[in-house]
Amino acid sequence: MLNKFDIQIREGQEHAVIETAGYLNDALGEQLSEKARELIQNGHTQLVINLEKTTLINSIGISILIEIIEALEEREGTLNFCGLSATQERTFKMMALAKYAGIFPDEESAIANL
Amino acid sequence: MSKEGKSVSLEHKVLLTIPMYPDMELAAAKTASVLAELMDFEEGQVEEIQLAIIETCINAFEHSQSDDNAVHIEFLLSEDQLQFKIMDRGVGITPDILDGTRLLGSPSVHPDLRKRGRGLQIVRSLMDEVDIESSSNGTTVSVIKRKSRRTA
Repeated sequence: MLNKFDIQIREGQEHAVIETAGYLNDALGEQLSEKARELIQNGHTQLVINLEKTTLINSIGISILIEIIEALEEREGTLNFCGLSATQERTFKMMALAKYAGIFPDEESAIANL
Repeated sequence: MSKEGKSVSLEHKVLLTIPMYPDMELAAAKTASVLAELMDFEEGQVEEIQLAIIETCINAFEHSQSDDNAVHIEFLLSEDQLQFKIMDRGVGITPDILDGTRLLGSPSVHPDLRKRGRGLQIVRSLMDEVDIESSSNGTTVSVIKRKSRRTA
């Protein structure tokens, strides 16, 4: 497998951070979706997805991020992204993700703005 | 352009064929990345080129139905631009895929948050020129990315 990926979870009192590493495609996206679903079911409706170690995100990965935004909306939750490259931020804006989720430069500000 | 005075600019051609297997688009993206770095593209532009080639390859993987199960890529390097042609020998792509109006996957509750079918839109937004030729004998997507002019 060319794509080596990893997911780390950091749970706070009211929020949780999901940090992904690798190429965000369907395979990593499905794992990310599963972790997000578990967190939401356990009451974490304030989520940060840290993409600092995620080098590339394809359109399938973006579609999975949209599903997480929708799952959180159903629970009146919030999602913030951080650690995006300039190209990733531009793509998120073009695909309207930035309308429904926050984009922040680092994890600290993403958590503070939940 | 580069290290130790060596240049890769003057109309060099690099050919690559990848099988249509999961993640093989990364092989094309990594090749593009190496070439773009050798040509002194800026870091952000290298990432844009990688993403464009990934989306184009995924489109071929998903829609071409080609018998040879392969994508053929031709990189053309010149002084101020990188051109790549991504070719498959499949059945051709339909107009609704070309213009991004084909609905793939489950619809979103927000009309502007379309989940699938936006790969070519991403490619067009990141690259300087995109040309698509498609017939029942296959599809060729030709893409050009020009170097940005750096300010001193």
